[in-house]
Amino acid sequence: MNIEKVIFSFFIVLALTLNFGFFLGDIDNPAHHNVYELYAAIVVNLIATVLKFGERTQIGAVLLATSLVADLQLIAAALFWTIATQTTGGGLTPAMMAGIVALSGGALLANVISVVLLIVDIATLRR
Amino acid sequence: MQARTRNRVVFLILRRMRVPLLVLIAVYAISVLGLVLLPGIDAEGRPYRLDFFHAFYIVTYTITTIGYGELPYSFSVAQRLWMVFSIYLGVIGWVYALGALIALARDPAFRQVLVAGRFTAGVRRLREPFYIVCGYGDTGSLVVHDMDEHGLHAVVVDIDPDRISELTLEDLSIFVPGLCADAGQPDNLLAAGLKLPLCAGIVALTSNDAVNLKVAITAKMLNPGLRVICRADTHDTEVNMRSFGTDAVINPFDAFAKHLAMAVHSPDLYLLYSWLTQTPGQPLPLRYQPPRGTWLLCGYGRFGKAVQRHLNFEGVETVIIENEPEMTKAPKGTIHGRGTEAVTLREAHIDKAVGIVAGTDDDANNLSIIVTARSLNPNLFQVARQNARENDALFEAARLDLVMQRSRIISNRILSRISTPLLTQFLREARHQSNDWVSELVDRLWRLASNRTPDLWTVELTPDGAPAVHAALSGNREVRLGTLQNDARGREQRLNCLALLLKRGEELRLLPDDNLALAPGDRILMCGRPGVVNQMQWALVNASALCYLQTGEWRAEGTLWRWLTDR
Repeated sequence: MNIEKVIFSFFIVLALTLNFGFFLGDIDNPAHHNVYELYAAIVVNLIATVLKFGERTQIGAVLLATSLVADLQLIAAALFWTIATQTTGGGLTPAMMAGIVALSGGALLANVISVVLLIVDIATLRR
Repeated sequence: MQARTRNRVVFLILRRMRVPLLVLIAVYAISVLGLVLLPGIDAEGRPYRLDFFHAFYIVTYTITTIGYGELPYSFSVAQRLWMVFSIYLGVIGWVYALGALIALARDPAFRQVLVAGRFTAGVRRLREPFYIVCGYGDTGSLVVHDMDEHGLHAVVVDIDPDRISELTLEDLSIFVPGLCADAGQPDNLLAAGLKLPLCAGIVALTSNDAVNLKVAITAKMLNPGLRVICRADTHDTEVNMRSFGTDAVINPFDAFAKHLAMAVHSPDLYLLYSWLTQTPGQPLPLRYQPPRGTWLLCGYGRFGKAVQRHLNFEGVETVIIENEPEMTKAPKGTIHGRGTEAVTLREAHIDKAVGIVAGTDDDANNLSIIVTARSLNPNLFQVARQNARENDALFEAARLDLVMQRSRIISNRILSRISTPLLTQFLREARHQSNDWVSELVDRLWRLASNRTPDLWTVELTPDGAPAVHAALSGNREVRLGTLQNDARGREQRLNCLALLLKRGEELRLLPDDNLALAPGDRILMCGRPGVVNQMQWALVNASALCYLQTGEWRAEGTLWRWLTDR
């Protein structure tokens, strides 16, 4: 067992699960989406991205790309949230919430691809 | 550096950035989360919590040690405690990460990748044909300098980093990219643009025969159309290089000795060579008359042997002076000694000799030989071999009859091959002509050039090279060679130039006659005063000017004017 591989896979999967946890629930209901979960998703996604630096394989390059996409989407969601709550003064409306969750949904897709690629990589290795 | 190594270094760098970046992410994540979770008190004493945005804002300015203060309200004790913790954590994190990143940027392998990248980009940006010069030693740097003088582009590859930094300090008018790498590695030659369409040729001048051979074979394998000019120190390598079609192989010892022998035995031919191949703008060396008789030859190394062989071939008698006759396998009758002492020179009967060649591989010894010999026999014709270019001033001050500088001779030879390939053919033909022919040509050149190196240029009667002439010839109108050599500002006046060689197909004509009728596709090697090439251009590109030169009339140009003059 390679401890480096364990950490690598752990963060990639954790990025997906946190992202999924945030995404789960009614799309426009602020009560269903926890800000801490979004924060954790961003941090773990960033860590996963840095861990993918310097992978020399073709799959490594695609993994890095998907991670960068997820980062971009999640940071956009966080920015959206900040602007929505700080500048309008009216708190989160359902429409804004839907926008934030939609952005995180995009990140979720990227994270799913990431995990699928990870599994493909492992599967080809076993063969 | 090889492309694969380059990739590996980039990945290594990325990998080494991981830990510093992870540390930073962790520090920020912990600090922000703590600040959000800890309770604060607002201005009215009610409890409140910072949101993520403000927490991130405070952490950003605090742990980068900028510090705007406590926002939006004064912090509670718990928040202040947490800030103390995050400041120490954050500052340590930043110091570590920055230190690691800066160390990475200063990493020699990383810097080399950057330099190599800049070099490759510089080569790709060249917009004119260029030559790759492998080896930037004495000869290599001269070649690059002279190419610069002729407006030719070069790319340099050398294994010695000092020489590459020397290149960047050189005062060249054209940008010359330099790569510090082993020219024997095909990857490095590819990086230098071996397969680019603008690459015109490659010149291998390293001091290592094996490397030169590798360069030649690499060039011929990867880009067969390339002109390959190589240096070979041994005859073995020379034969090997020629076997796979290397365009020119130059053996420095041989070429140098041949040159010296020519200087001693046929001075006019030597003058012709040096006038036509020397750097533009230099004063012409004057005519001289080397005496006939016995010559003293100091030094019997590779150079000395070649000189002796060539001199004996020309029927010149030589006495050899050599310090280590056994090691160099000197022939019988060799005088033992360095030649710097009067005793040795007297033993070699310097009083009866007519000339001396100081040909050891040590410049100080060569000068010493000449000075000693001069005091014993002031009438000697003195020839010295100059090894290092930095001793120019010394050899100039010694006022010798002839100074032979190896790198200069080799570089002139290479340059004439690169800039005017017809010149090499002309000189080869001239060697087989009689002494009278050569001396008459030297006279003509002397009158023509007015003591400055004459310009050499090639006129090609192609649609691109000479559109007016080509059009006239295609229209079955006759154009004579003499017509092109008259001044378009007044056709009675002849331009200060001379046609040296005309090449029609494979046929060569030396000093073609003025009355010769030209044919499309002819290539003519011209020689003349600097600037004449521009005046000749009129006849080549301008149909009216050509018409004037042929008929003495300026033909009207344009439909309207023609219609008016025809009426």
